[in-house]
This record gives sequence, C-alpha cells and structure tokens, in this order.
Amino acid sequence: MQLVLEKRAERSNTIALVSPLIAIGLTIVTMSILFAILGKNPLLALHAYFIAPLTDSYSLQEIAVKATPLVMIAIGLSLCYLANAWNIGAEGQFLIGAVAGSWIAVKTQGTDAGAWVLPAMFVLAAVAGALYALIPAICKVKFGASEILTSLMLVYVADLFLDYLVRGPWRDPQGFNFPTTAEFDPVATVPVLIEGGRLHLGAIIALLVVAAAAVLLGRTIKGFEIRVVGAAPRAARFGGFNANQLIILTFAVSGALAGLAGIIEVAGPVGHLQPGISPGYGFTAIIVAFLGRLNPIGILIAGLFLALTFIGGEQAQIAMKIPLDVTKVFQGILLFYVLACDSLILYRFRLVFPNRQVTRGAG
Amino acid sequence: MFNSTPNGLHSGETPLLQAIGLTKRYGDFLANDKIDIDIWPKEIHALLGENGAGKSTLVKAVYGLIQPSAGEIRWQGEPIVLSGPSEARARGIGMVFQHFSLFDNLTVAENVALGLDGKESFKDMSARLEQVSKTYGLPLDPRREVWQLSVGERQRIEIVRALMQDPKFLILDEPTAVLTPQEADQLFIVLERLKAEGRAILYISHKLEEVKRLCDTATILRGGRKVATCNPRAETAASLARMMVGGEIREVRAAAGRQTTVPRLVVNDLSLAPDDAHGVRLEHISIELKGGEILGIAGVAGNGQDELFAALSGERLAKDPGTVVIEGIAAGHMSITQRRKLGAAFVPEERLGHGTAPRMRLSENALLTGHAASGMVRHGFIDTAATLKTVDKATETFDVRKAKRDPEAASLSGGNLQKFIVGREILRNPAVLVVSQPTWGVDAGAAAVIRQALLDLATGGAAVLVTSQDLDELAEIADRIAVMFHGRLSQPLATSEATREKLGLLMGGSSLDQKEAAHAARA
Repeated sequence: MQLVLEKRAERSNTIALVSPLIAIGLTIVTMSILFAILGKNPLLALHAYFIAPLTDSYSLQEIAVKATPLVMIAIGLSLCYLANAWNIGAEGQFLIGAVAGSWIAVKTQGTDAGAWVLPAMFVLAAVAGALYALIPAICKVKFGASEILTSLMLVYVADLFLDYLVRGPWRDPQGFNFPTTAEFDPVATVPVLIEGGRLHLGAIIALLVVAAAAVLLGRTIKGFEIRVVGAAPRAARFGGFNANQLIILTFAVSGALAGLAGIIEVAGPVGHLQPGISPGYGFTAIIVAFLGRLNPIGILIAGLFLALTFIGGEQAQIAMKIPLDVTKVFQGILLFYVLACDSLILYRFRLVFPNRQVTRGAG
Repeated sequence: MFNSTPNGLHSGETPLLQAIGLTKRYGDFLANDKIDIDIWPKEIHALLGENGAGKSTLVKAVYGLIQPSAGEIRWQGEPIVLSGPSEARARGIGMVFQHFSLFDNLTVAENVALGLDGKESFKDMSARLEQVSKTYGLPLDPRREVWQLSVGERQRIEIVRALMQDPKFLILDEPTAVLTPQEADQLFIVLERLKAEGRAILYISHKLEEVKRLCDTATILRGGRKVATCNPRAETAASLARMMVGGEIREVRAAAGRQTTVPRLVVNDLSLAPDDAHGVRLEHISIELKGGEILGIAGVAGNGQDELFAALSGERLAKDPGTVVIEGIAAGHMSITQRRKLGAAFVPEERLGHGTAPRMRLSENALLTGHAASGMVRHGFIDTAATLKTVDKATETFDVRKAKRDPEAASLSGGNLQKFIVGREILRNPAVLVVSQPTWGVDAGAAAVIRQALLDLATGGAAVLVTSQDLDELAEIADRIAVMFHGRLSQPLATSEATREKLGLLMGGSSLDQKEAAHAARA
C-alpha cells in the first residue's frame, strides 16, 4: 500500500475554503503538544488563548484594534502576492508611514491647528509608505534585484530611523528622557468610536479597504490584470498586461496601506511616536494574507483570528505564565500548516494498492 | 499452425516483445484497456492513433516508465516486470523521445555520457560514439555544444545514444515531426538498416503515408483500446484514418472564388536581435498579405518562428514603427493591445500558459484577449455577462466540449481548448489573424474544424498568416507558402508549385535559385 499525491483535474473550491480550517486545527493540536511539554495544561492554555478573550467587551474591542493594522497591511500584501511581487517589508513601510504622519503632529504641537491635521497626517503617511515601498520595486524592475531581500532589509533601516528621531530631534522635553514624542494634540488623534472605549475610526477605514479590494479584484480589469500576471505571466503578457508596471503599482498600493496603518496606530491606540509601536504587524500580516487565501473577506476573518492570538497570548502570559514568544511560535506554525494544506487544493491523496496480477520473474 | 500476425511470417517463433491484456488506469480514466500487441524481430511496427488514444501510455509501460495496472509484458516469451527505464535498457529496449532530453550547454559527448549507465571512460565512450554515428550514417561531432545544433542533429544524438546500448528493440515517438522531408528520408534509411540487422522497431506516428511506406505491421489504438492490427501496405491512408478516428473525417473545403483585396498585414524588412542567448535573430523579413489570403510559413521548429510571432503580435516591439504595418497603420512600436484595437488577432503555439491562463476559467480567458476591443470592459469594470456570452458563442460555433459552462482552461482536452482559443479570436471578427501551429497535438476532428474556420475567415476578407510544421496542413489551406530558415524568410511559392522537394530544400537552408543556377551552369 502506498500513499501518493495526485493532481486534480480542476482546483477544488471546497478544499480552498476548508484548507485554512484544517491548518488551524493542526496548529491547535501541535500547540497542545507544545503546552504539554512546557508543563501547562493544554486545555486551560487553549481556553486562555481562544475563549477567554471572547468573553469580555474590553478584549473584544482590543481584538478589533489589533486586527485593524493587520487587515489593512494584509490587503495590500495580498495584491502584491497575487501579482507575484514579494513585498516582505510591510513592517518598514508601516514604520515610515508612522514617522511621516507624526512629523505633522510634532510640528503642529500646541499651535491650535485646525481639523486638517489628521487628514494631512493620513495622506502624508500613505505617500511616504508608498515611496518607501517603491525603492525595492524600482530596484527589482530596473536592476533585477530580489525584492524579497531589499524590502526586508529596508525594515531595519526604517526601524533605526524611527529610533534616532525619538531619541534625538523629536524627543519630548518633558518626557523624563524616555525615547518618545509628546502625546499628540486632540486634532492629531484618531477619534474613538465608543465613548471611553478603545475601538477607533481606523476599524471603519480597514473595513472600507476590504470592500474596495473585493471590488477591485472581483469586478475590475485592473484586478484581473493583477491575478493573471501572478497566475500565468506569459499569458498575461500575451493579454497585453505589463508585469513590471504591476510590480510598481502593487508595491506602491501596499506601501501606502501599510503607511496608513502605521499612522493610524500611532495617532490612535498609542497616542505618540515611540520605538516598539508594532509587535511585528508587518510580518504577521504576511500570515494573515495567506491564511485569508489572498481574498479580501478571508483576510478580514484571518486578521481577526490572528488578533485573537495576540490578545490570547497576553492573557495566557498573565494567567498561566506562558511566555509571550509562544504567540510567535504559534503564528509561525500556523503559516507552515496553511502553506502545506494549500497543496491539497490542486492535489489529492490517494491510496494505491500494488496489483498482484503481474507475476515476477520467469513463470 | 495459427498465429496472430496478419502476414503469417513468424510461425513457430516467439515474439520479441508481447503485451497481453495491458491495462493502465489513472483514477477513473482507462488510458490503456486490455491491449494486446506482438512485436517480432526484423519488424517495423507502427503504433497509430489520435492524440489521447493511449499510444504514449502503452510505450511508457513497455519502457518501464510506468507500471501497468493489470496485464502482462513478455520479453522473448518470458513474463517480466520492469522496475524502470534502466532495467528496460539493460534488457535491450531503447527509446527515442519526441521531446529531447538534452542539456543545451553541454557537448554532444557529454550529453550521451549522461544518458548511459556504462562504466567505460569518457574517451572510450567518445570514440565509440563517433564510430556508431559513422556506421549508421548519422554524422555527429562529439565536441560540439548542443545549442549550436539543428533539431535534426539533436534527434541524431538521441538515436545514437539509444543505439550505443545495442538495443534489440527500439521505440521512436513521432521521430519525423521535427524533420524536413529530406531528413526524414535519411532517417528511414537508418531504420531499414536497423531492421535488416534483426532489430525490432516500434514506430509511433500519425503520418499515414509515412507508415504505409516504412512499416510492416500497424497496431491502431482508439480511446485506449486496440482497434486493429493490420498490414498498412494493404490499406489505404483513408482506411487507416477511418480506423484511427472511428468514422469519416470531415473534409476541409475552401470557398470558390475567394477574392484577395488590399494588403492588411505588411512586414517591411524586419530585423530583430533575439532577447535571450539561444534565440534566433530575425533578418530582413518582408511579407505582404492581402485580405482574403492565407499565407503559410513552413520550417523546422526553432528557425525564428517564435520570434516572428512575438514581433508580429507586439509581445516584442520593433524600433522602427514601419516594420510592421497592420491595416495600413505603422504598428511596429505598438503594444499587443493597440494592435488588437487595429483589428489584429493572435493565436500562439502554446495553448496552456501562453494562449490561456491554465487555472483560470474560460470566461476569464475570453477577457484575456477580449478586454482590448470587445466591449467586455466598461469604465474599468468587467462585464461578466459579456465574457460568458463569448464562451457560449465559441462553444456553440466551434463545438467546444466541456464538463460545465465555464470550467478552468486546464480541464479541457487539447483539441477542445484549441477550438476555444481559435473561436475566441475569430468571434472578434479580426482583419488580420496570426496563428502559430493551429492544430499541433489536436485530434483529427478538431483539426478539421479549425482549418475550416481559418478558410472561412479568409473567405470573409481577413488576412491569415499560419505558421506550421505540418506541410500537409499548409498545402490544404494556404494560398502561398514561405519557408523560415535561420531567421530568414524565403520568397513565398504558390501552393500549387510548392512541392515537398522544393519546400524541403528551403527548410534545409538551400536556396532554390542557387540550385537552379547550378543546374543551368552544368547544363
């Protein structure tokens, strides 16, 4: 008896929907084993991770707050990945967007500037994120440099640049030497949706981004172009679509969305610019994009799920002293299983029994 | 005394190779269904069948590449199970594939060494290679790198590599598909000689005249089953074709009184450097193609046909706009989309991955070439109903058979997908159609539909340029035929004057004028 992987005649839409669920199931099994090895009760740990955060309104709001940047970034990344452009540097574009938007907030601090401040911060952050993403895109198109490497390396440049600003020129004079800017003025702050709550305007913007992406990919010729360039490059060229133009376009759009997510995070939940504004949103969004099958609605669900793991991780740390790094392990294992299960969309397992009708040797 | 061979030559002996009830199942699909075949020494045995009839599956089982699901293979009367091709080779079974497995950047000798299981030194092997190639009249220089060689020479490497193992039984998969008529004649001499030495040959082909000329026995497969074993010399090409197809083949007919009109596609002295190291440089190509006319371009593959297609379609741009003129407008600098808007349509050779995106639905593949000028896109939004309408219309007009209304392109059979692709372009009502290998690897029924569609399009006033390696196809539909060789295009000949001999000379790189001049000088 033999287990073989056999190509399907047509992609299985059922598996395409079920595959992320299988991946989540396998991840939970693996994590249970890991919890047991750590000497923790797996059931209690899983409860802390997945159930407890869903039981109080503070945690539910916090999940939406965490999902906002994840979804916005992942939507942009999904456009890149569909077009075969591998932007791994969303974290850097997120930070540069945060820095550029904060510049307006810092410069208008205490000047009683009008309501234009926040929209201007959004626009500048999106433009800066797009320009920052264009560096690897142009290097790819002009010189053939691997966008995977260049976009990743630029993450560290952005990180250190932010670090320099908040330790040097932008440091709050009244901040007891902590590396942070002053709290932003109210006109430079993202308004909350519920009085006294944490849920903010960014969540609405993220939903709009999801809707726009769904229309773009499903209904427009530009979306078709993106999909066909990734799925069959030579056919795309025959169709008259230019793959290089799309690399530029998708990098710019995903950079803009990451930058916008950056300023929303800083001007929203954080309230000022400081190092460590991102617990790795730009990287986790890669998992969100693939777990959501590069589909806008899928990404929305996947974003909420991964936000849950962030909140659950914090709760597990508090309640059970499980190290916070376990959350990252969890996310890594999840991406691994998602990619593995995806092969089942185009292939299926089949048991093969050797036939006994053929006799061996001379008969 | 009875035996199963039709000409009764082999009474009292055992066949060299026998397949009994050979069956191969892929999922629910029976690729081979209880096939019996006897192959005798000193025999050239044809294996005939349309694409998908099960020829390749049968041969792969005999060569040890796949394991049969049921049935038996006997070698010199003894049942065997082949664990793989190396065991088949060790027993004396050799094979020459249709698609060569050669490394372009290695020399002839290095390529042969890679394919041999032997332990002899490279020097001894090279010497033996030269000797074998000389003995059989297959000249090869062991030190040349493969990328410099013609397709015919590359095939020689494969044949010599197989012969160096001294096989008793040699399988050839469509060996003449890539050869000029003259090269094919040389190959037949070699095969006759191998036969005279007592070897058996299994010759896969769908060229019936060739089979009648060369083969002693023919086994015909259809839909995975054996239909008949017969003596091809006692049959007519038409009767063989009937057995292959299981019915009469629709004849292609040109409408009488086709009028040529104004030039719709003009190429003016087009020269273009290749964009990769092993590509072909196009040199001074000129074409004038009028409405109502079909121009055929013959030639051995790899002589610049792909590069010409890319230059005509706009996948590669020319510096000088005037080199390609479509409908009277200089278009050499225009993108493929702009050229489509001028009324041009294109069908590339490769169906999956070039002509269509394999994992996308037919409606999306209709949009792939239809977005430019077919009203499928409004203000950047896709009109899904319009794309589906194109699919339905192509399905109806060109008899595209598929499991559901809008399946993925990759799930269609080659012939049905090609009908869809050709249909998709013809429904756009093009003024100029450039089509490459329209019926390559397509079953006879679909091929007839496609050729008829091209003729009808020309009758309707379009200019049609057909590149094909199938001379019979060009003779059937083209008004004039030109030949590509090393990136140059010959003067077109009227089809009535384009004999196989003349075309063969041009395909081999000789100039007709020079030959005639030489004859004249001698006379």
